Amino acid sequence: MNSLPEFFAMDGHGVYVWSAYAITFAVLALNVVQPWLARQRLVSLHARRRRREEA
Amino acid sequence: MNWTFFHKLGSPKSFYDISGRWLPWIAVASFILLTVGTVWGLVFAPQDYQQGNSFRIIYIHVPAAFVAQSCYMMLAVAGIVTLVWRMKLADVALRCAAPIGAWMTFIALVTGAIWGKPTWGTYWVWDARLTSMLILLFLYFGIIALSQAISNRDTSAKATAVLAIVGLVNIPIIKYSVDWWNTLHQPATFKLTEKPAMPVEMWFPLLLMVLGFYALFTVSLLMRMRLEVLRREHKTRWVRDALEKVR
Repeated sequence: MNSLPEFFAMDGHGVYVWSAYAITFAVLALNVVQPWLARQRLVSLHARRRRREEA
Repeated sequence: MNWTFFHKLGSPKSFYDISGRWLPWIAVASFILLTVGTVWGLVFAPQDYQQGNSFRIIYIHVPAAFVAQSCYMMLAVAGIVTLVWRMKLADVALRCAAPIGAWMTFIALVTGAIWGKPTWGTYWVWDARLTSMLILLFLYFGIIALSQAISNRDTSAKATAVLAIVGLVNIPIIKYSVDWWNTLHQPATFKLTEKPAMPVEMWFPLLLMVLGFYALFTVSLLMRMRLEVLRREHKTRWVRDALEKVR
C-alpha cells in the first residue's frame, strides 16, 4: 500500500469490499440503536403516565 | 449441583439487575474488538494470493455466518427450556434473539453475494450452502411472524418454541453442505481440530471479529430482553422504581 487512493481502490476490489463493510456496519448499528430508541420511548411514556397520575 | 443461580436468573428482576451490570462491559469489549479487527483486517492483513483484496470480506462474512447459526441453536435451546421448564425468560430470549439472527443471516448472505461477484463471477448461485442459508433466513422470518401472530402469550410461546426446535435440522445441513454436495463455496475456514490453513496475521483479526460479533450480538440481545421484561412487568413495583431511576 503506497497511497490513500490506492488503498481505497484495493486493486479494483474497492467497490465490493467497501460496500460489504458499509452494509454490515449499518446493520450492526441498527441492532443497537433500535432497542436504545425503544427504551427512550418507554422511559418518556412512563414519565408522562406518572405526571398524569400525580395531577 | 447448585441450581439457585438458574432460578435466580429466571426471575425478571434479578435478570434485569445482573444484565444491567454486565451490559456496559460487553458493549465496550465489542466496540474494541470490532474496531481493532476491522482496521487490522482492512489495512494490515496481507492480500490473498488468489483472491487479492476481495478476500477481506471474510472478516465480516464468516463472523456473521457463525453468529447466525449459533443464534439459531440458542433459539432451539430456549425453545426446549420454554417447553420443559415453562421458564418465561426463555420465551423472552427466543423472541428477542430471532430478529438479530435474521439480520446476521442477512449480513452473511449479502456480503457473500458481494464477495461472489469478483471471485466466482456471479452474485448468486443455487448452491447447497447458499440455499441452506437462505432457508435459515426464512426460518427466522417464520419464527418472528409466528411469535407475533398469536395473541395468547402461552400458546404463542409454545408454538414458537416448537417451530424453533423443528428448524434445527437445517443447522447440520448448512454445516455439511460443502462436503455433501458439489459446491462453489469454499470449505470451512476454521476447524476446531486442525491448525488454521492461513498465516497468523490473516486469521488473528478474523478471531477478533468473531469475538466482536458475538459480543455485539449479546449486547443487542440483552438490550432487547431488558426492554421486553420492562414491558411485561410494567405494573410491578420494581419496574416503576427502575424507570424512576433513569430520570
